[in-house]
Amino acid sequence: MTKETKNPSIDRVDGRMKVTGGANYFADFELPSMAYCVLVGSEIARGTISSLDTKKAQGAPGVLGVFTHQNMPPIPGWDAPIGGQADGPPPKPKTEETYRILSSPKILFDGQPIAIVVADTYERATYAASLVKATYAKQASRTDLSKHVAEGIAPGGSGDYSRGKADAHQTAPITLEANYTIPIEVHNPMELHGILAHWTGPDKLMIYAKTQGVNATQNAMAQAFKLDPKNIHVHTEFMGGGFGMGLRTWPQETAVVAIARKIGRPLKLVMNRSQMFTLVGHRPYTVQTIRMGADQTGKLVSINHAATAETARYEDFTEATVNMTKFMYACPNVSTRYRIVRLDRSVPIWMRGPGEATGAFALESAMDEMAHKLNLDPIEFRLRNYTETDPEHNRPYSSKNLREAYEKGADAIGWNNRKPQPGSLREGNWLIGYGMSTGVFNAFRWEASARALLKADGSLTVQSAVTDIGPGTGTALTMIAHNVLGVPVEKIKVEYGDTSLPKAPSQGGSAIVSAVGSAVFDACTAIKQALIELAVKDGSSLAGRQADELTLANGILSVEKEPGKKLTVSELMQVNKLTVIDRTKESKAGPDHQKYSMYSFSVHFVQVRVNPLTGVVRVAKAVSVADSGRIISPKTAASQMIGGVAGGIGMALTEEAVIDHRFGRFVNNNFADYHVAVHADVPAIETIMIDKPDPIINPMGAKGMGEIALIGFAGAVANAVFNATGQRVRDLPITPDKVMQKLV
Amino acid sequence: MAQNEHPGDELEMPDASRRHFLKQSSALAALALAPTAAVKAVDTGWDQKIAAAFEQLPLQVTINGTVQNVSIEPRVTLLDLLREQLHLTGTKKGCDHGQCGACTVHVDGQRVNACLTLAMTTEGSNVTTIEGLATNDHGATARLHPMQEAFIKHDGFQCGYCTPGQIMSAVACIREGHADSPEEVREYMSGNICRCGAYANIVEAIMEVKQGGKKV
Ligand code: FES
Ligand code: FES
Repeated sequence: MTKETKNPSIDRVDGRMKVTGGANYFADFELPSMAYCVLVGSEIARGTISSLDTKKAQGAPGVLGVFTHQNMPPIPGWDAPIGGQADGPPPKPKTEETYRILSSPKILFDGQPIAIVVADTYERATYAASLVKATYAKQASRTDLSKHVAEGIAPGGSGDYSRGKADAHQTAPITLEANYTIPIEVHNPMELHGILAHWTGPDKLMIYAKTQGVNATQNAMAQAFKLDPKNIHVHTEFMGGGFGMGLRTWPQETAVVAIARKIGRPLKLVMNRSQMFTLVGHRPYTVQTIRMGADQTGKLVSINHAATAETARYEDFTEATVNMTKFMYACPNVSTRYRIVRLDRSVPIWMRGPGEATGAFALESAMDEMAHKLNLDPIEFRLRNYTETDPEHNRPYSSKNLREAYEKGADAIGWNNRKPQPGSLREGNWLIGYGMSTGVFNAFRWEASARALLKADGSLTVQSAVTDIGPGTGTALTMIAHNVLGVPVEKIKVEYGDTSLPKAPSQGGSAIVSAVGSAVFDACTAIKQALIELAVKDGSSLAGRQADELTLANGILSVEKEPGKKLTVSELMQVNKLTVIDRTKESKAGPDHQKYSMYSFSVHFVQVRVNPLTGVVRVAKAVSVADSGRIISPKTAASQMIGGVAGGIGMALTEEAVIDHRFGRFVNNNFADYHVAVHADVPAIETIMIDKPDPIINPMGAKGMGEIALIGFAGAVANAVFNATGQRVRDLPITPDKVMQKLV
Repeated sequence: MAQNEHPGDELEMPDASRRHFLKQSSALAALALAPTAAVKAVDTGWDQKIAAAFEQLPLQVTINGTVQNVSIEPRVTLLDLLREQLHLTGTKKGCDHGQCGACTVHVDGQRVNACLTLAMTTEGSNVTTIEGLATNDHGATARLHPMQEAFIKHDGFQCGYCTPGQIMSAVACIREGHADSPEEVREYMSGNICRCGAYANIVEAIMEVKQGGKKV
């Protein structure tokens, strides 16, 4: 029933908690005799600790312990691999090094924890941490990917891809070759990372975590401490943003749990902002080369896309940077190559839109460059290479309404004001430019479970362990339950973010509405069936009716053909002496899914203003169009889209974590120097939802949108800057110096 | 600056001078320790611990209308006082360096970053936090402040972590007379980062409250 009709906008169900300060994030929990810990980081990027003086710290007021590689309590699961990626395969085989926090004097990256100081107050722990002193035997470190691109290795698993002729590029009438660079970007959710660990018994653990998946954290800790997962309770009802950094259990979390056990007190770690740059992942520095060939009719002949990204020496991190190129356009000859370089750096992790956003910047910039060479409108060029079937897998898309998205977005931004000739539109002292770009991301449907409980008073409780890191999962699940059972939204309560609830995947990969939503849909449908069965059985006032004649809305069962014939759910339940109808369902993708390629699509349009004297770029207008199936919760969906735009503006114009490669150390690891978009950077944004259900993916027809909100946006800005100035900036962020350099 | 070249001298007591001070101080004498015991106390680090006890200072501050008498170390920030000692955890820590605005509260009506405010400097002040913003705050069913209502209506958040700071800042922004246009709001709200990127909705919420003309 969700599929056919558009959904109304409802307020975010946890809005009141969030505006009153009543929402409790992990660090807001208070436990009796809780102690605090502070991490001390290494001051070199590679080498060995030669001496470590912790005596002063030990003697400082309030200190309960100073833990280093010399006295770290054992983590039993260290014999087995720990810290596996959430829901993913176990850590990949052989890397050069192994990183086990505080287990050896070896330093593998700058800022690697060398001590954890525990004290009775935060201030005392912080002061004592400042007293820990280390000396090192330093080795030369390598942290600059741009100097080591040639050393890229093919990671296990994802091989090179090719279709058609390998040398097609050489014979294409019109060719293009360009390099694109993405710097290190850092998730930097507003909430600082950390953990609050409490051993409630010798083998029982309660964790308040900052995680995108409570079940994933539960499993990681169970493995690390060789416990039955049932004995580990993880709670993350509210999470102050994640953007991917909460998709794994980080080593320092495990260390805090071990130390909490040792000191016998609940222990809280709240990292500082600079540690957020080194200890919880980042978007890897990536260099890409695109070679593209086309003919005079504007048809693509070939695309060759190569990417090389940094990773740590102790773990091979990979992402789907080159994947979009394989299936986005109808192009007969395509090849891709993906390499990683192991550096003296901490390991990256998926950051919103992950590799696809990195790849889309390159591909969609190149598409714009080629359109310009061909003298074609960039939208027209994309339409000439539009594909209705997935050329990578040779199968249909489950749904694709991208033409409509191009059209609607172009209208909304005023695309016809765009001048094909770059640098030809001015408003006062500003150069004006228009740009657009496509985004795409897999529409997944993972396995998930949910429980629904309908009470005789007509209220409904929906439960799932899934977290809501901000997209409005609770609100979407409320809407799905409402659509199935007709229970008024105010009478629905969603409980989530806790391992005591039915298992759910981690919140990531734009998959949660599809996965958990389907489970909620199924659980509510099971309740509905139970109600209807009761209603039509002998002795009921609706006895004898066919199940499909009954409708259920607002707690009332009625028969369409017999106006006035009604039975309330509470009457029905009372008659049957039921106080609650309780159903739990597991849900996963069906076999049909193999027959289709399932993706969400987006199109981003921007108008930029470039100051020719200063090189400053301002995004003056943005329109983002989502083709992500049926929209379940329009209000929160729109917020997700505008959030992607804000993230995209940062990615395009300001975000770059800079390393001083002499030391392998960040020089701008704080919010004053690492510039995320602020209010003044973000204009009013128009979001457009195509809002057409996908017939295949799930019963709601909904596909994900968290990633597509960001994927492609930076390319749209780069393309608009080109249109405004005639200058092509291929290395993000597009800072004034780069624009100026090209203007003068 | 000449007259105050070493402003930290009295406040910051390096270990050596603290030791010296304690060895001679009446504090230890008051504990009726024999001199040898006092020296031993120094060597075992007990002096540090005793000193720490003496480092607590009294503070009286009114928070959300309630007078609080607390005893704190002078280095405690207003943010940590609120969160770790008074359990007012609605105010958030995003950077601890005055760079993000998550910790914004009102001190005597002015918006300040609680992380940059030493709690001792609020002696005698009135502090309002997100928990005290609504006038009739009696728990979950209480009336909300118009700005809180507007944030819900315009979905001025996603994860909600920056939200208490945004709301406190937004109320002050209007009170200061800096909310006459969306551009002005964007400028005067730029100290409050929202990584979820709810900016456009936040600006709408603020403009609506401003134009609604209700007292904030
Ligand atoms: S925590 Fe105070 S400004 Fe960031
Ligand atoms: S709502 Fe998440 S940071 Fe603003």
